[in-house]
Amino acid sequence: MRDVAIIGVKNTKFGELWGRSLRDIVVEAGAGALEDADVGGREIDSLYVGNMSGGRFIDQEHIGALIADYSGLSKNLHVPATRVEAACASGGLALRQAIMAVASGYNDIVIAAGAEKMTDVGSEEASSALAAAADREWEGMTGATFPGLYAMIARLHMHRYGTTSEQLAEVAVKNHKNGSLNPIAQYKNRITVKDVLNSIMVADPLHIFDCSPITDGASAVVLAPADIAHKYTDTPIYIRATAQASDTIALHDRRDITTLDATVMAAKRAYSMAKLRPEDIDLAEVHDCFTIAEICAIEDLGFAEKGKGGIVTANGETAIGSRIPVNTSGGLKACGHPVGATGIKQAVEIVTQLRGEAGQRQVEGAEYGMTHNVGGSGATAVVHIFSRER
Amino acid sequence: MASVPRFWRGIGSRYNLEGTRCNECGEYFYPPRNFCVNCRRVGHIEPYKFKGTGEIISYTVIHTAAEGFEDQTPYILAIIELDEGPRLTSQVIGNPEKIHIGMRVRSVFRKLGEDGEGGMIYYGTKFVPENE
Ligand SMILES: [Zn+2]
Repeated sequence: MRDVAIIGVKNTKFGELWGRSLRDIVVEAGAGALEDADVGGREIDSLYVGNMSGGRFIDQEHIGALIADYSGLSKNLHVPATRVEAACASGGLALRQAIMAVASGYNDIVIAAGAEKMTDVGSEEASSALAAAADREWEGMTGATFPGLYAMIARLHMHRYGTTSEQLAEVAVKNHKNGSLNPIAQYKNRITVKDVLNSIMVADPLHIFDCSPITDGASAVVLAPADIAHKYTDTPIYIRATAQASDTIALHDRRDITTLDATVMAAKRAYSMAKLRPEDIDLAEVHDCFTIAEICAIEDLGFAEKGKGGIVTANGETAIGSRIPVNTSGGLKACGHPVGATGIKQAVEIVTQLRGEAGQRQVEGAEYGMTHNVGGSGATAVVHIFSRER
Repeated sequence: MASVPRFWRGIGSRYNLEGTRCNECGEYFYPPRNFCVNCRRVGHIEPYKFKGTGEIISYTVIHTAAEGFEDQTPYILAIIELDEGPRLTSQVIGNPEKIHIGMRVRSVFRKLGEDGEGGMIYYGTKFVPENE
């Protein structure tokens, strides 16, 4: 296998982009990443695109072809394009497919993109599309919603470990603060614990400010074999590990409702592949679709002892400038969560940080960064580790 | 939400709390599985009707409903562990103030939801506190 590097990155603005279509925003992200990498269309060997639910959000399937077409990669060049779907982990998996294509030697220059246009349908339809990532027949049929499933994770976490609503709220407060420093973020307003606790209850104990929003956005990265990465950029960022794991689709079938075993296993595989430990990681973008998800993530990834995720967060250990900055981009909560794009956006943030180009939210001296992308309530988890030095 | 055949397929399980059991390893499955996750190809699956008693592992009170459940809010959703071992997601009928982790519950036959006005009405299993 060959070492792989990221040589170009680009995010669109995240938010409610009513005036723009999926194809518009993907072209912006893709072209931006290619420009960043200084790569021409003729050099591109393949394209992988993460998209969760084009069929339901914009009534369009065949997203791989659509994107290749509108990126100008179909006419004359006929670049192969593949859509990858794993619910909210679609982007992370698209990146993983792209890495494997380069590592294997089949391809040299590959684009991994992710995109979702969620505001073309109403919020009810959007919620229904998202609910399709759970077990529709045995969870959805009973009136389960995604916030409801994560609320049950939160409830048991609180019962077993003493985690509090205030500690959950601290996740949102931190991520909004980070988001306020990120030009692409959907929400740039800072919030307080009180704001979270006073917001509407969606699924007890989760308030609306515990939940990530409905978002439009696209992200793209360009990959190359590490051996030739310096031809394109002075600051290639290297992939040290790509790992993925599965768990039951229904939350009720899990070994432990408060642990995402797919995350634990993907992280274990990633640490082993990179020959690194949790203490070596300087920052992480984790899947905070709900505040409780970030608390479980930092435990499952080894940044906090099991059950201590809430305390670690409330202590400020995951803030920028502290022990292990988590979600410097603002996370899914504040930066926004265009489901298919999220896994790629996380990679863009880590690359930006490792290059030292993150401006006000820069983590000083960051050498190793991690991304953690989850599909559904934890049936798919994808973990990547990146490094500044090869 | 679901077509008639899709719902109909699960009626036996939904109405009667019928699942399956692997007579190779003895594990019970609800929702039913036709393939044993422990024994895989050497498993032997047979139908099994659950007693319908169990306890609440975790729960939430849903205020923003799923599509088709709008007129039921707030409703209690729980993960229940049946006495035979498997867990399932179900609504619990009762006072949200009194519900708690570890609470004993038993199954009852109820309307689950509907596909909008004039759409299909779904029936199936919900749970109530055991001593009610
Ligand atoms: Zn078996």
